[in-house]
Amino acid sequence: MTMPRYWREIRQRYKGVGVECGKCGRIYFPPREVCPHCRRKSYEKMEERELSGRGKVITYTQVHEPLPEMKPMKPYIMVIVEMEEDVRVTGNLVNVDYEDVEIGMDVDVELRRLGEESPEGIIYYGYKFIPVND
Amino acid sequence: MRDVAVIGIGETQIGELWDQSLRELGIKAGLKAIRDAGVSGDEVDMLYVGNMSAGKLINQEHVAPLIADYAGLDDVPSVRVESGGASGGMALAEGYISVASGMDDIVVVGGAEKMTDVEDDQAKEILSSTADQEWETVFGATFDSLYAMMARYHMEEYGTTKEQLAQVAVKNHANAAKNPNAQYPREMPKKMVVNAPMVSEPLGMFDCAPLSDGAAAVVLCPAEMVDSYRGDPVKLAGVGHGSDHMAVHDRRNIGAMKATKMAAEKAFDRAELKPEDMDFAEVHDNYTISEIMAIEDLGFFDKGDGGPATERGDTELNSEISVNTSGGCKAKGQPVGATGINQAIEAVQQLRKDAGERQVEDARYGLTHNIGGTGASAVVHIFERWSE
Repeated sequence: MTMPRYWREIRQRYKGVGVECGKCGRIYFPPREVCPHCRRKSYEKMEERELSGRGKVITYTQVHEPLPEMKPMKPYIMVIVEMEEDVRVTGNLVNVDYEDVEIGMDVDVELRRLGEESPEGIIYYGYKFIPVND
Repeated sequence: MRDVAVIGIGETQIGELWDQSLRELGIKAGLKAIRDAGVSGDEVDMLYVGNMSAGKLINQEHVAPLIADYAGLDDVPSVRVESGGASGGMALAEGYISVASGMDDIVVVGGAEKMTDVEDDQAKEILSSTADQEWETVFGATFDSLYAMMARYHMEEYGTTKEQLAQVAVKNHANAAKNPNAQYPREMPKKMVVNAPMVSEPLGMFDCAPLSDGAAAVVLCPAEMVDSYRGDPVKLAGVGHGSDHMAVHDRRNIGAMKATKMAAEKAFDRAELKPEDMDFAEVHDNYTISEIMAIEDLGFFDKGDGGPATERGDTELNSEISVNTSGGCKAKGQPVGATGINQAIEAVQQLRKDAGERQVEDARYGLTHNIGGTGASAVVHIFERWSE
């Protein structure tokens, strides 16, 4: 991913900033210009809203054939998480063995290194999921 | 709207065709189709080409006029249609609309993809670019992993098993063994599918369709003109488009494809037919789980019964409904942007009773189902045997 393309979304990637529809109250992440339910009535009424970062795993996989830039991580776990705000997010789950992953498990986000532009280039950071131990 | 007929078909061998370029493949398929139809080049009004990613795969955009030019059709207007893996099917829908509307009479619709000029890793990365680059792949989601998460969800929700997924591959390989154009025309034992190295759990290597080169083309004309041409006609009875959220995570039921349901409902409605009328179906089996979901979402089986139905043999050749008689993406091969046209060719061969050893007995109606990306777009076509 090129630097400007990444930079535009730093607030979402670092802080999990989504939006709330001013008409129906539904929450979206990443931010949308219009709510798919309220459509034009929601235009210019979408307000920023930071997600709690907590959620539950609704499906998962372990990737053995990664994209080239993820090769050093192989194998790694991907999950779709339903956040507390009833919005779903795709991410990499870390700090857990694949055998211990299950649907319904509680997870939290953590800011991690996602990759780098090149060995001397800028480093990309963003959220990953970790299990909640309580 | 006018009724539309397919009067010519042509396809290349599917496989790793290192000695042939995209333009050669496209021309070969197109000329076969034109010859089969018995039309001459100056009668062709329009050319549509389904192609997913020539820009990334061979660094060549603007491929429709390129193929037209080298086919000697530089006088024929042409346009490329892109909708991920549904590019071919979407191009066919454009061709249908052109002819049905009365705007054009003779339309050639081709699909072509050249995937082996790049490394496997690169080709897989390019396939993944039909998912949401900013909110799925950047975090590590491969195309395989998104389908794997659908498979896991389907297993959890409906009790689908890994053996049932494997049975899709076993069946499609058995069909491909009877298809001379297939990339893998050989049977595959279930044990081999189940025990294959993992790609993205629960999907193993043989749950995934291959990377392929290939091209296919059909010639369309208004039904009222079929007697003017040599080609043995088949009626294109209905078309439907469908759509869904781009990212898998934004869909309420990750174990179903809304785009498929929508496209099927529209196509059945326009053709005035029902799922139970179909004798066969070519469904988009880029992964084994995709076929399980498709046979449910198209209305052939109840939601959750796709796995058991496959295990019971209800989708085998000449059973309840013959699914992927060609071998499907899984074993016939997957030149991505050509897939929708490859499917149409199987439908026409079946309805012309030209399918050889894989002929569906008394085939009267058949359906093709083509998916873009992870299911954000879909298109369904319904074909009917020609009756005077």
